[in-house]
Amino acid sequence: MALLAAAGCASGGAAPSGAAAPAPAARADTSSAQRPQYPSTYRRHDYRPVLIRNATIMTAAGQEIAGGSILFRDGRIVAVGASVEAPADAIVVDGTGKYVTPGIIDTHSHLGVYAAPGTWAESDGNEATSPVTGEVWAEHSVWPQDPQIPLAVAGGVTVMQVLPGSANLIGGRSVVVRLIPARTVQEMKFPGARYGLKMACGENPKRVYQNRGPSTRMGNMAGYRDAFIAAEAYRRRWDAWLADPKGTPPERNLEQETLAGVLRGDIYVQNHCYRADEMAQMLDLAREFGFSIRSFHHAVEAYKIADLLAQAGSAASVWADWWGFKEEAMDGIQENAALLQQAGARTVIHSDSPSGIQRLNQEAAKAMYAGARAGIPVTRDQALRWITANPAWVLGIDSLVGTLEPGKVADVVLWSRDPFSVYSQALQVYNDGWLVYDRADAERRPRTDFELWQVPAPGVDR
Amino acid sequence: MIALLLAQTIAITGGTVHTVSGTPIEHATVLVKDGVIVAVGADVAVPAGARVIDARGKVVTPGLFNGGTQLGLTEISAVQSNNEGSLSDNEVAASFNVAAGINPASQLIPVTRVEGITTTLSAPDGGLISGQAVVIDLAGETVADMLVARSAAMVANIAAKGAGGGSRAGVIARLRRVLDDAREYQRRRGDYQRAQIQPLAAAAADLQALQPVLAGTLPLVIRADRNSDIQAALDLAAEYKLRLIIADGAEAWMLADRLAAAHVPVILSPLTNIPSYDALGARYGNAGLLARAGVRIALTVGGDGSHNSRLVRQEAGNAVSYGMAWDEALRAVTLTPAEIYGLGARYGSLEKGKVANIVVWSGDPFEFSTRVEAVLIRGQEIPLTSRQTELRERYRTLPPAY
Repeated sequence: MALLAAAGCASGGAAPSGAAAPAPAARADTSSAQRPQYPSTYRRHDYRPVLIRNATIMTAAGQEIAGGSILFRDGRIVAVGASVEAPADAIVVDGTGKYVTPGIIDTHSHLGVYAAPGTWAESDGNEATSPVTGEVWAEHSVWPQDPQIPLAVAGGVTVMQVLPGSANLIGGRSVVVRLIPARTVQEMKFPGARYGLKMACGENPKRVYQNRGPSTRMGNMAGYRDAFIAAEAYRRRWDAWLADPKGTPPERNLEQETLAGVLRGDIYVQNHCYRADEMAQMLDLAREFGFSIRSFHHAVEAYKIADLLAQAGSAASVWADWWGFKEEAMDGIQENAALLQQAGARTVIHSDSPSGIQRLNQEAAKAMYAGARAGIPVTRDQALRWITANPAWVLGIDSLVGTLEPGKVADVVLWSRDPFSVYSQALQVYNDGWLVYDRADAERRPRTDFELWQVPAPGVDR
Repeated sequence: MIALLLAQTIAITGGTVHTVSGTPIEHATVLVKDGVIVAVGADVAVPAGARVIDARGKVVTPGLFNGGTQLGLTEISAVQSNNEGSLSDNEVAASFNVAAGINPASQLIPVTRVEGITTTLSAPDGGLISGQAVVIDLAGETVADMLVARSAAMVANIAAKGAGGGSRAGVIARLRRVLDDAREYQRRRGDYQRAQIQPLAAAAADLQALQPVLAGTLPLVIRADRNSDIQAALDLAAEYKLRLIIADGAEAWMLADRLAAAHVPVILSPLTNIPSYDALGARYGNAGLLARAGVRIALTVGGDGSHNSRLVRQEAGNAVSYGMAWDEALRAVTLTPAEIYGLGARYGSLEKGKVANIVVWSGDPFEFSTRVEAVLIRGQEIPLTSRQTELRERYRTLPPAY
């Protein structure tokens, strides 16, 4: 007993008996950078083939098929069309009067890093100790037992990007996860998704760091530039060693490793930025260092520079109608998304909210109809793409998810009625072909550990 | 000019009229004169010279009433200099009435009213007793023009643990002391003035301001989410015979029968379902469960309830999805809030003699596809423009023509 206790205290690195063998000792002429870095351990859950029949299928790929069917098997969509044969082993779901869409994807969430119940203990989203913290990874904060996750699942969300907060100029790496019950974030990590680098413009960093700097918008810009100048040199050192890995590898620097990933085009910049003029500055910053900004986030003034965004190929992830909570949000208008769409910019409706993520279909609907009322027509397919195919592109997973097409991954939502109605509810949510949520079946309404005992079991009205 | 407008007669004809006080009337006319509804029905004659708003195929309802906002009291949330809703130096601010802080020029007002919201409760927050809320119509050039009720409710916050020394039991005890001392102050005013009385739990002006609350003439809104806090509020209301209204009320559904029996209404945001330690039982079904038990419900918007106060339509639609009858949801954004703030005789329904706050909709007021066709506030048609529509027009085609 005493021995065990001593062993337990001696070293955090001591492997308890029965655990997996430790990794073989590293050779001196290698670098930890070449070893796996917190890889995904995601595995598809087995589930029977599913045929949803006689529903309105909204593909987000140009089609809305009334009285259509969709068949998926082993996590892949097999067929979509007016009539699809049911294999003998398929579960057949009657979709009469119902609608089917791709799983919803949120480009901007803090679930897991700002988990409920929202006390200091779960506040893990902003490493607000320095304006440039490229070294932090959101996945190292994600709590898979965040009780907000099942709420988002019930809203039809299958994939989200979890970002660090916006206190810092450079806030760290994002992680793209599947919304599934899991013990570890590694089990949720979307294989093959791109990391994002969270950057933030404007009021937040200059407010948080006003006493040590940056305290101005020009200070913000100088901060980004300094960071990327350092990363350029770091990248050169590493690229040289990797091309000819002899001798001592360069010393790792986590912050610059991430920024070098941006310079190489492996990591996508996800840029919190409200004002039009600041977005234009950030486009120039990206040109200076030879990367592109995958998406601006919040972007309440994106409509003022929709043409510039379309030209640069940067997406804009926006709210339907949030505005006014700070000065850089004063000019938010409900037609932002519609005007972006009209200009040919890649448009995304995001949540940035544990509440909003539960009804991104409603948010897209509001933005679509606001456009229509103002004479800026948006098709239903385009509006659906705002919360499916376009966010998939922002995360670099659009070849896998975001539309209902044969060969795509079976992230599928069955809705009680037109998802652009305020009265629509997600009835079933399939994540990679697995029925992860069923409003009609208490056994298929996942609950986190946090909820057990202390949060009343939800009925159909959680 | 104003006088001319006031004298205008407007007939809204041919619509499906949801009076709220009665059953809907098809192909009905609502006749408005001098800011007041003078007739509602299928066989109302339109006087010669009346301005006619053709509402055939459309839906007509009372103007929506958001019973829990800070409209007029905040312009930009993050800018301290234009927030007027709370006192930082008084935790028992019963005499603090927000009326003088209302900004009639607030750009939030047009942004909100063009969405069919014509009337709001604009309430103070912070502290143990936040102060007195007003009811305003969202039109008018002066505060006096806008005011519907100068003192519509006293607002208290049972979750203000700081005001109770760090314990909710301390908060309740302090609230009790304040109410006791308000009684004492009323009874021994002479002694107080001669300084022959122990120091009281609040300033004289604040104790004085609590007299209508103790008399049961001014409702006391207590903000509380947790089941036990709502129970404490109910106990307090029974003991002191207060006209209690529960606001927030995330776990109110657990006490639905008790709230119904005590005739205590609840103001809530139906889309509140994120668990916190004060609201582990938060759920979308809250509004529906309460309504089914017979509790009077007024709907509002969670989070930023000022800039987003227009979203009360979306909240109402979701309340319907999660168990509230559609008629009840409409009542919860019109007549019920009017009633709980003592304005039921003048506001909240389309009836003869009521203030002509009226909205014409292209369809179901809660649906996203619906367009607001016309808004009348006190019988005057409101232009459907705001700073946001100006921004939209400026940038409709790029580059803008500055």
